[in-house]
Amino acid sequence: MMTKTIFSGFGGQGVLMMGYSLAHGAMNKGYHVTYLPSYGVEVRGGTANCTVAVADEEITSPVSSEPDNLVVMNSPSLTTFQNKVTHGGIIFLNSSIIDARPSRQDIKVYAVPCGDMAQEVGNIRVANIIMMGAFIKKTGVVPADIYLKSLETIMGSRKKSAAEVNRKAFAAGYDFAKD
Amino acid sequence: MTKVLMSGNNIIGEAAIRAGCRFYAGYPITPQNELTEYMAEHMRTVEGGVFIQSESEIAAIHMIVGASSAGARVMTSSSSPGISLKQEGISSMAANELPGVIVNIMRGSPGLGNIRPSQGDYFQATRGGGHGDYRTIVFAPATCQELADLTMNAFDLADIYRTPVMILADGMMGQMMEPVVFKKPKPRQYSEKFMLRGAGQGKSKFIRSLILDAIDMEEHNWKLARKYQIITEKETLHEEYKTEDAELVIVAYGTAARIAKGAIKRLRENGMKVGLFRPITLWPFPELKLRTLSKKVKNYLVFELSTGQMLDDVRLALQGYADIGFHGRPGGVVPTPAELANVAARHYEKAD
Repeated sequence: MMTKTIFSGFGGQGVLMMGYSLAHGAMNKGYHVTYLPSYGVEVRGGTANCTVAVADEEITSPVSSEPDNLVVMNSPSLTTFQNKVTHGGIIFLNSSIIDARPSRQDIKVYAVPCGDMAQEVGNIRVANIIMMGAFIKKTGVVPADIYLKSLETIMGSRKKSAAEVNRKAFAAGYDFAKD
Repeated sequence: MTKVLMSGNNIIGEAAIRAGCRFYAGYPITPQNELTEYMAEHMRTVEGGVFIQSESEIAAIHMIVGASSAGARVMTSSSSPGISLKQEGISSMAANELPGVIVNIMRGSPGLGNIRPSQGDYFQATRGGGHGDYRTIVFAPATCQELADLTMNAFDLADIYRTPVMILADGMMGQMMEPVVFKKPKPRQYSEKFMLRGAGQGKSKFIRSLILDAIDMEEHNWKLARKYQIITEKETLHEEYKTEDAELVIVAYGTAARIAKGAIKRLRENGMKVGLFRPITLWPFPELKLRTLSKKVKNYLVFELSTGQMLDDVRLALQGYADIGFHGRPGGVVPTPAELANVAARHYEKAD
């Protein structure tokens, strides 16, 4: 098994946190994993992306030629990465702010209105965790309980209420993807 | 042993502190800032730990020269342009036979360049870099686990041979995260007789590289050369990956080797027998191992994130006994495994 995912969006949307939390979960599941963030002169409102490779064998390249999954939180990211996705791959998109849809017919697209859903949960900042709920449900890269445990570990000493909101957000995304 | 998920820069810092590094001086530069930041945060948590953000790279290297003279385990780090500034001090450490670890998280160069991953400092690292007849042991890790292990080994080798050791990685290695397990470091073995800690009642000691008598200086040079000969014989490291049945072997190190492994996986899925030869020490270069491989395999492709520097060492090692092709992406471009696979496939077919 080898799954590569690119997460991309505006700086500030928690895109790197999505990748980092997935990588952490994969490690706790006992998988090999690499997490490769974009870095550089980016600023809030600029673009950020990361590549996460999860496998049950040695991970050769942390750089992905054709990712299996693409998670896009804003429109420019969809334009940048949609053609990289492998044949038969999946694109998760934040349909709260992305109006466009990929023209490719050989991939699956899941539109998750994670921005609007976050408002309902009560905190726009958990849009990324809602998306992760849908992502974990559809891809099963790591089991939900292990992912949530990792998320808690990462959040660590931060407020208990934050952990609660994250849990709620994850559940909302997970349930949304059931349909 | 517990696994932790850490970025390359932080791993180097943690491994250094665990290995007993107690003096770090550095000056900020992307893409290695997280290492300096890690040392700032963690040096104060260990007994005797000293962190100094120096006024410049030149100051930092000379601070570790001083601390090493006094017997501390020392480290400094920077990225390409900053490493250029440190060359005077590295030459001084080699001449004075002072142990220390220098980390170069390479970026796109020459000049100020950019902050993207690159491998343009191979010549500088493996040919001495500064002035004079000297060499620096150079490690080129390709995984986060190797960053942890080789950083610890670097301190041991620096002590054993009393010489500066360089960790040569790039921005991608510095930023990438992978799970690592930190091994238990060996206890330090470094004699007090090499440390300047005040003569007290004993004989006074000197550490110096200004030797005005030419015959004496010549002998000092030969003494260093003999040491480098021993290092070459004993400390060369490399990895061979799927070379047993290979008809084409890619030669690459560090980040480029990771991309090459990805390419090899693709090529083998298409029935092409391609392997990888990965130098782990760049100096000493695993010359004899590569030459031995050339008895079996006659077709090579050198892949670097530069315009072709390790290529020279591969040519010297193979001495015309094999075909050598080259693919380079300098300046901070990181190609995908698919791109390299396409290049390698052309090279593979050409040989038939």
